[in-house]
Amino acid sequence: MEDCGEHEGTSELKLGTTIIAVEFDGGVVMGSDSRVSAKEAVVNRVMNKLSQVHDKIYCALSGSAADAQTMAEIINYHLDVHSIEVGEDPLVHSAATLVKNMSYKYKEELSAHLIVGGWDRKAGGQVYATLNGILTRQPFAVGGSGSFYIYGYVDAEYKADMSREECQEFVINSLSLAMGRDGSSGGVAYLVTIDSETVEEKCILPAELPTFYDPDTIES
Amino acid sequence: DGEVIYDGRINCRLQLGSFRLCDVSQSGNMAAMMQFPSNVSTFNNYNDLYPDWTQREVSTGTTIMAVEFDGGVVIGADSRTTTGAYIANRVTDKLTPIHDRIFCCRSGSAADTQAIADVVTYQLGFHREELMAGIIVAGWDRRRGGQVYTVPVGGMMSRQPVSVGGSGSSYIYGYVDSNFKEGMNREECVNFTASAVSLAMERDGSSGGVIRLAVISEGSVERRVILGNQLPKFSTV
Repeated sequence: MEDCGEHEGTSELKLGTTIIAVEFDGGVVMGSDSRVSAKEAVVNRVMNKLSQVHDKIYCALSGSAADAQTMAEIINYHLDVHSIEVGEDPLVHSAATLVKNMSYKYKEELSAHLIVGGWDRKAGGQVYATLNGILTRQPFAVGGSGSFYIYGYVDAEYKADMSREECQEFVINSLSLAMGRDGSSGGVAYLVTIDSETVEEKCILPAELPTFYDPDTIES
Repeated sequence: DGEVIYDGRINCRLQLGSFRLCDVSQSGNMAAMMQFPSNVSTFNNYNDLYPDWTQREVSTGTTIMAVEFDGGVVIGADSRTTTGAYIANRVTDKLTPIHDRIFCCRSGSAADTQAIADVVTYQLGFHREELMAGIIVAGWDRRRGGQVYTVPVGGMMSRQPVSVGGSGSSYIYGYVDSNFKEGMNREECVNFTASAVSLAMERDGSSGGVIRLAVISEGSVERRVILGNQLPKFSTV
């Protein structure tokens, strides 16, 4: 029997990624980079990792590309059925619970981390982290390989009660810093802002991203 | 890991290896609380999800940092030495003078810091698997003023206006990139270093204790210590 696993020429697609979601009073802002890599090759440089699972609920994807996308599709299906059963829009907590259940049950097989964010009438804007089968609501959440480089930054810069625009700026700055340091994150930055009225999607090109000090450009 | 305290709140620190992910504090009945698996600390399966270094059994936990300013350098480090999960020394001095105005910031197992920079470089190349970040050499001399040289794993050496190293350094790259400005004065550099090391200590389980600083300039070497309760505070931590 021939080995049908990984061999020369194939490799698993990874969403080596930076994803971030922040709550504000009345909604959430979610952001991601756009790089999909297969080892050192970038196979998609414009992938939108913010996946809509319901009108006002999004999942930010990271980890294995196939696992994350499939999880989002299945959650989308479950939420559609659930919203018909209850006769109204599902809660963000429901979506997050579905993601958590799947992450925990298939812990050994799946390697994807989804951050769930959205708005519902009951609790307003919410962000849930579901890493490893946990379910925790947080004022903001970061994930993916690029997130490690910005933990210090988000710890320092996050303030409670930020406005919508401040949250967007916080997300864009964080993504830009992480993309600058993490080789697996890059491309464009995708943003989605969800509130009671609208869902606004935005794409920020590399040239429009904020720039920061880069000590490596100094000649010694 | 978690512990229950008497008022019914559950305070849990979620740690993946040596990385402190978040603190969770919730009240309510027990059944509703335990929504996460109890073995969350083992993390070997997700080897593609996180950088490889989060899984290595490395005891070089440290955060070290050095910043140049006009007239000298500011260097800083945490003070924790660990053997496995045991903190062997919580007030270590990782800033070692190798000459009057030249210091080495030690990162974990790079213990032999009596040598000058190129000898250290050789030793780093020799022990490359054991070391994560290497050594930062910083000091002042009459010729070029304050200088910071970073000697990472492998033995490359390069001069940089600001350099961070050690296991805790990964978490503060974003903070350092966004907050460093050219032409900061001495006090600004000290505050910048203290804030950055403090943030790293908060996230890296292998870094902690007090912050030891040294300000090296023509006139003097000024040593400072920032104790745990005097650390710069941030809203999320």
